[in-house]
Amino acid sequence: MFDFLDLEQYDLFGAFWTTVQLTVFSAIGSLIWGTILAGMRVSPVPIMRSFGTAYVHIFRNTPLTLIIVFCSLGLYQTLGMTMFAEGNVDTIGFRLAVLGFIAYTSTFVCEALRSGINTVPVGQAEAARALGLSFTQVLRIVVLPQAFRSVVAPLANVLIALTKNTTVAAAISVAEAAALMRTMIENEANLIPIALLFAIGFIILTLPTGLLLGWLAKRVAVKR
Amino acid sequence: MSNVPLTKDAAEEAAPLAEDLVVLDSVNKHFGALHVLQDINLTIKRGEVVVVIGPSGSGKSTLCRTINRLETIDDGSITIDGDSLPDEGRGLARLRADVGMVFQSFNLFAHKTVLENVMLGPIKVRRQNKDEVQARARKLLDRVGVGSQADKYPAQLSGGQQQRVAIARALAMEPKVMLFDEPTSALDPEMINEVLEVMQQLAREGMTMVVVTHEMGFARSAADRVVFMADGRIVEEATPHQFFDNPRSDRAKDFLSKILKH
Ligand SMILES: Nc1ncnc2c1ncn2[C@@H]1O[C@H](COP(=O)(O)OP(=O)(O)O)[C@@H](O)[C@H]1O
Ligand SMILES: [Mg+2]
Repeated sequence: MFDFLDLEQYDLFGAFWTTVQLTVFSAIGSLIWGTILAGMRVSPVPIMRSFGTAYVHIFRNTPLTLIIVFCSLGLYQTLGMTMFAEGNVDTIGFRLAVLGFIAYTSTFVCEALRSGINTVPVGQAEAARALGLSFTQVLRIVVLPQAFRSVVAPLANVLIALTKNTTVAAAISVAEAAALMRTMIENEANLIPIALLFAIGFIILTLPTGLLLGWLAKRVAVKR
Repeated sequence: MSNVPLTKDAAEEAAPLAEDLVVLDSVNKHFGALHVLQDINLTIKRGEVVVVIGPSGSGKSTLCRTINRLETIDDGSITIDGDSLPDEGRGLARLRADVGMVFQSFNLFAHKTVLENVMLGPIKVRRQNKDEVQARARKLLDRVGVGSQADKYPAQLSGGQQQRVAIARALAMEPKVMLFDEPTSALDPEMINEVLEVMQQLAREGMTMVVVTHEMGFARSAADRVVFMADGRIVEEATPHQFFDNPRSDRAKDFLSKILKH
């Protein structure tokens, strides 16, 4: 069934490796930026709150393709942002894509975290403030550790969605799995097996992630 | 529970310092249209134990919370050991560190062990040495009678034990004054005494305390003064003996007749 698959001609593992890299870098960035955004959205400073809210609403409601294409056309070709990779077009494209994924995915991380923050009894934050902890200390030491534990499962969903969303990077010619799939479909006549092959590839990436994080979610849950 | 003192020698420290520790001067606060604190004047002397009593909704919790600025006030002033409460920021955090607070619902940090709960403040706020803090935390836990639970999580403890841990957590900061907001109201009856005993001991050692409670036994034996609140005002201030045996205001008489009946 898969005899069209000439690994000399098609770098299947290389393409999926790029997908994995896109996912990992974007996930780390989204987690960090999303956490900062969540902190802004619960902060006592009105400007921070407004910024966080506006950011989330704008980026969450913009199609991902548009964000990725904007990164390429707007940031790179118009504004000349090369993401510290002067001259190397592939690296520039990869980094721009990661930037776009972070900008988009962080909004979902932020919203998941915010629902996690709501599960932490407000009295604990008050007790922490009463001890003399600053706002960021309360967030970092008391609220976020518990919030994260309660949203491992929703964050796993965000991660799985991100893994699949990385296919959008094909739009700006990043050589990840979906880009290779498109090339193969153009060259070979076996549409259904090719689609199946890539579907299996993505399931191999996402299924263990989901199972692992599902197990983790149960383990780290805070008992009340 | 041992009889080792819960605090450092408080009486010895107190002597050369100013008398008035907490001073509320014409404090007003609104929640929207509700005038929840109305022209509150209250002075708490060093080493004094003041019990605040009054019907539900009279503003007792709000009063407690304004003292360490968990609630802001509209006007008037609050000073603690001569320093007025600053706005948000480092100064405020430092001042809060000197004011211990114990809540009705314990509010222990659920993801930290009992020992970590007690150690957190001194390490993160006072930046004290971890080993010393740990030794002190264990001693405090022993003194409130939960030393053997040090490595458990709050959810594994009874309410009475959790509240005693919460007291130890506040004491670990070596506060100048302790605020208790109905510390026994969320407890099953058989656990109330173990918490009150710890508070009694603190009072005997000279800790300055503001205690919102309806436990009259505690008020009679530990309080220097009873403050009766109703509708956001201080209606009556008296010694426990005067207040419970011979209340002056009708509001207090009415209130006492209600809580004494059941
Ligand atoms: N955060 C708040 N927002 C609005 N109203 C509040 C808030 N906290 C308390 N109140 C109101 O203020 C009044 C006094 O509350 P509180 O100080 O808790 O009284 P007490 O502790 O004596 O029962 C009540 O009517 C209560 O509903
Ligand atoms: Mg109350």
